[in-house]
Amino acid sequence: MPRKSFRQALNEAMRLEMRRDPRVFVMGEDVAGGKGASGEQDAWGGAFGVTKGLLAEFGPERVRDTPITESAFVGAAAGAAMTGLRPVVEIMFVDFMGVCFDQIFNQAAKFRYMFGGKAVTPMVLRATFGAGTRSASQHSQALYPLFTHIPGLKVVVPSSPYDAKGLLIQAIRDDDPVIFLEHKAMYDDMGEVPDGAYVVPFGEAGVLRDGGDVTIVAYGRMVGRAMEAAARLARDGIEATVVDPRTTSPIDIDTIVETLEETGRLVIVDEAYPRCGMASDIAGIVAEEAFGLLKAPIQKVTPPHAPVPYAPELEAAYIPSVEKIEAAVRKAVGWTR
Amino acid sequence: MSAAVTPVRMPRYGMTMTEGAVARWLVAPGEAVAAGQDLAEIETTKITNVETAAAAGVLRRAVVEAGRIVPVGTLIGVIADAGVPDAEIDAVVAAQAEWVVEAADTDAGPVDEVVTVGALSIALRRTPGAGPSDAVPVVLIHGFGGDRDNWMFVESQLAAERPVLALDLPGHGASGTEIGDGTLKTLAGAVTGLIDALNLPRAHLVGHSLGGAVALAAAAARPEAVASLSLLAPVGFGPEIDGGYIAGFLAAERRKDLKDILGRLFANADAVERRMIDDVLRMKRRDGVPEALAAIAAAVFPDGRQAVDLRAEAASLACPVAVIWGEADRIVPIAHAAGLPAGVATSRIAGAGHMPQLEAPAEVVRALRDCFARAGV
Repeated sequence: MPRKSFRQALNEAMRLEMRRDPRVFVMGEDVAGGKGASGEQDAWGGAFGVTKGLLAEFGPERVRDTPITESAFVGAAAGAAMTGLRPVVEIMFVDFMGVCFDQIFNQAAKFRYMFGGKAVTPMVLRATFGAGTRSASQHSQALYPLFTHIPGLKVVVPSSPYDAKGLLIQAIRDDDPVIFLEHKAMYDDMGEVPDGAYVVPFGEAGVLRDGGDVTIVAYGRMVGRAMEAAARLARDGIEATVVDPRTTSPIDIDTIVETLEETGRLVIVDEAYPRCGMASDIAGIVAEEAFGLLKAPIQKVTPPHAPVPYAPELEAAYIPSVEKIEAAVRKAVGWTR
Repeated sequence: MSAAVTPVRMPRYGMTMTEGAVARWLVAPGEAVAAGQDLAEIETTKITNVETAAAAGVLRRAVVEAGRIVPVGTLIGVIADAGVPDAEIDAVVAAQAEWVVEAADTDAGPVDEVVTVGALSIALRRTPGAGPSDAVPVVLIHGFGGDRDNWMFVESQLAAERPVLALDLPGHGASGTEIGDGTLKTLAGAVTGLIDALNLPRAHLVGHSLGGAVALAAAAARPEAVASLSLLAPVGFGPEIDGGYIAGFLAAERRKDLKDILGRLFANADAVERRMIDDVLRMKRRDGVPEALAAIAAAVFPDGRQAVDLRAEAASLACPVAVIWGEADRIVPIAHAAGLPAGVATSRIAGAGHMPQLEAPAEVVRALRDCFARAGV
């Protein structure tokens, strides 16, 4: 199977869906023009190069540069979606979503409910997230819990090029607003990705590794770290199951609980802030639904409750590391009453 | 190392396996073991398999304890004569405990190819044979809803003697979703077209289930290109088939539903691991695949019955023919193996279901080699 980057997988997903369905269009800051000489088109393909080449194939009607006004173009997308189009909007950094919260939380998320199911909003908002690129506190957050909190939104956090393509195709075909978050440090990650179109459904966790001692749940970039920790622990005879829920909303708790029937120990790795984050959310649901399966307290591996630091040493210490995951697993496995 | 010492390594089943776990030792250290005796259950991410002893002796060490995942090639145990001193066994373990074969280096690399046959695009994996340069290649054809990985336990063993081509039928695996009219004739035409496109003067055809019917129809259409024909639990010899399996396979969209369905393929349903389920789901979630599979099912198994009868074709063949069936097959009844033309070698495998190549690979390889030997090429 061909190997492709995370960036290429996302580009293919949009390209294939734009070929398949003329209602699909892309807009955002610099998605058509981008950096380059004055007047040059498609020089860069958005701030991270993900939409590169789409303008050449689909033209300016379907690949639209916008002004730096998220509130306006996200509102425009919600309206376009209500009229039957299927916008895919790029917002450079999820941190910027603050300026268009009303359009997302109070408009797009509510239409299906407020209009008795007669209006749907097939809109995808793509944005980068995550720390590790020295982008400081306003460009590094992992804000998926904010969107997870709002009913009516679906929230996707892919961890591999294969999943990224299938989840984005699913997002574009989905009739509800989808927040699709791409870790900015993963665009060059490589993986096997088929050429044609395929979907990865929402609300179905991936199980990347099976082991009987502990379940590690992780999202996005933390999945790779969880896998590395699991490989290290295996050398000492500690076998971990690694679960990537892939979507925070809907969330596949069933698969997590199913693995706990064997492991009885849960470690959750989350790059989001610890308060009201995915780690606390999953811990809460598991404590409620599967308390009897637990042999040890649930361990959370998260950053501290603080903005992402700019200083490289501090940023490295801030992000959950393989060592911290390993330590949390050892604590869970070694726990005695 | 003396000749009486046999290291047991983590086997590699199929080309994609990089690690495996000893699920269970079936022989305790210190116990005698006969060559070919069941030694250990090896669990891969797709399925659990029983590894047999390569030599007779005593299992002197179980180096890797049950439950541990180790890379392919890792020393997992040592078989030796009772007379070999402990010090020599210890030396073998010490020398090789940390030694691991890189999976990529153990075989001359299999190559993935895509071949265009008319409107169809056929993906296949070609494993160069380690045998004589004039050895006739074997073409492996999977069943309905399967793919080339169904042969993971037999592929490398067959490749020790001859090139192995494991194809994906149209609408399956990595092949294109164009299936024409989806009939047996079209699928058989894809196989003969592939043989022509690859310039193979002759091939041993091996087909499983629907792939058995495909292989048989291909052999009947082009007898001069077929050196021998081996059919595992083939479709085409009777009207019955588990229609509920076909319908359930087509309908299953989630892991849980599919796990129950795939379990019907095996005598031991617990052998199905999560990765096998995930792989089938991945295939079913490709654009065009559900429609292609439904069209093939409608053409070949309308109303949950087999629509084709190939007994006359089987009788017309001059090449060696073997039929291999698991006695616990719940999909295509083993009763269909009765009444076949004289000269068809029939192997009934106890303890195997509809997938003997996964549940009893050693027996299947033996039966296939016997069939190839009768062809003499």
